[in-house]
Amino acid sequence: MADTKHGTGGLKFDEKKRTWPNELNIFFALILIIVVFEVLGQTLPYMNDQSFLFDSRGRFDSIFNEARLRIIILQVSIIGIISLGVTQVIISGGIDLSSGPLVGAAAMIVMSFAQTELVNGNPNPKAVFGTWAFDLPILIPVFVGLAFGAFIGAINGSLIAYTRIPPFIATLGMFLICRGIAQAWTRGKPVSFPTEGYAALGTGMMPVYWFIGLAIVFHFILKYTLYGKRTYAIGSNEDAARMSGINVQRHKVLVYMIASMLAAFAAIILSSKNLTAQSGMGIFYELYAIAMAVIGGVSLTGGRGSIIGTVLGAMVFGVIQSGFTYIKLDAFYQLMAMGAIIIGAVVLDKVRQERAMLRS
Amino acid sequence: MSDIILETKGLTKHYGGVHALTDADFVLRKGEHVAIMGDNGAGKSTFVRQITGVEQRTSGTITFDGKDVHFAGPIDAREAGIETVFQTLALADDLDVPDNLFLGREITRFNWLGPFRLLDYKAMREATIAGLERTAVKIPNINNTIQNMSGGQRQCVAIARTATFASKLTIMDEPTAALGVQETAQVENIVRTLKEAGEPLILISHNMRQVMDLVDRIVVFRRGRIVANLKKEETDGQDIVAYITGAKTGAEYEGAA
Repeated sequence: MADTKHGTGGLKFDEKKRTWPNELNIFFALILIIVVFEVLGQTLPYMNDQSFLFDSRGRFDSIFNEARLRIIILQVSIIGIISLGVTQVIISGGIDLSSGPLVGAAAMIVMSFAQTELVNGNPNPKAVFGTWAFDLPILIPVFVGLAFGAFIGAINGSLIAYTRIPPFIATLGMFLICRGIAQAWTRGKPVSFPTEGYAALGTGMMPVYWFIGLAIVFHFILKYTLYGKRTYAIGSNEDAARMSGINVQRHKVLVYMIASMLAAFAAIILSSKNLTAQSGMGIFYELYAIAMAVIGGVSLTGGRGSIIGTVLGAMVFGVIQSGFTYIKLDAFYQLMAMGAIIIGAVVLDKVRQERAMLRS
Repeated sequence: MSDIILETKGLTKHYGGVHALTDADFVLRKGEHVAIMGDNGAGKSTFVRQITGVEQRTSGTITFDGKDVHFAGPIDAREAGIETVFQTLALADDLDVPDNLFLGREITRFNWLGPFRLLDYKAMREATIAGLERTAVKIPNINNTIQNMSGGQRQCVAIARTATFASKLTIMDEPTAALGVQETAQVENIVRTLKEAGEPLILISHNMRQVMDLVDRIVVFRRGRIVANLKKEETDGQDIVAYITGAKTGAEYEGAA
């Protein structure tokens, strides 16, 4: 049997030329950022002696500041679920701007099927569909939410694949449509008080478990299934994929459907966690989700990136956000700094790509 | 069973009022290597596009492997056994060699999973190595992405596809146009390997030395028509140039152009 460790035609496989995985770079960047905040925390004159991520006051059993760690990961989990889908869209060579408003619209719709009749013994005042929609089994709202996501994703994907309008424009239009749906659904009023079963979906650390679970599932799908391979192939060279007999259009529809279903699922978890849905939910989420993917090494030109990268990107995102709060940076400056970091990540990716081109 | 793999009769293609290809009668036998030569715009690429189903012919017949064929697209043609190495290499830069070889026809397991069926990486890697060995393609690490490879290696990967999938006919459109001397030699070696394996080939090339080196027969196109059908032993470079430029026209094609 031929040895896969070797090249063909008698050439020796050059061990030194093995490519350094980009995910390691992001991991080191994450460590570096933590160190920077730790040092800033110790040196900035207005800071007390509290450590950034370590337990400096003996409040926890472990050496870490568990409270902050928990907040960081909880904070990024819901947007992280969206960014798992956005990652696939970007790898396939597209972009999805509609995921944030989709969270708002899906949350409103789902919540109106998830309300309970009695809140602490008092009647729940805001029934969207009348009293029959109270206390439905938990599967109904979840199914409605995923179906709505699939529907929006199918429209996004079909527009992009069959009319060939740029993904940016198609999903920008859908951005406004979804925000409109969210507001029109109850004319701007929030929908609140879900059933106990529904509330359990996003309680406590549940969003984190969903995020990690879905990340593992989609890591596997992208790496080991036909769907994953073709997503990379289309993003890498769409013409080649088409000439090789891949049904590029149908595949794109599938990618956008999966991305929108993940965003809708994030809406389910978010509304369950907050016990309410408001039309303004998910503002900026589409941009944060894209940012997580891009920080995680997903190339905006398509074809490159991974779920592991995106999960690390989400952690970088969360650590930076938490770090800014830790060093008491004003919220206004936080947004500005975050923007600069996103631009920096894309520039770094560009530089890396050009270096790779020069090497070959 | 005849030994003719591909035959066209009266193959014609008009683009509106432009007669890009007129009455092309062409025969390719099994195991034969034929070069198609001609100036730019002589109809070479148009001819190939009709055979590979990239375009639909205006009139004429194409018989491939004993059957009349009407390919709706290049995928149909490939499924029938015609492999084309396109001038613009149809490779995905971010994928490695086996992924590119099996692009669009991946080996999978658990096919009931639909689009989420599992890739059989091991089988694809083994078939890739076998295919590359058969064509004597030298690639240091097949797990590298195409992006990190030289132009010659890319071209070899594209050609190795045809060897991996036991095609009935290989068409190469200027395979060495963008390559250096050493890389050209490597591609030419692969062509010779195909010859030894008895795989028929249509080679479009402008390179006279290469054509004289590699093929059995040379078909010359001029202004949309076939003007010469020359056995390699009975011709030379100057002769071919005369046909290409229009100084001479083959006896059986008198009055054609």
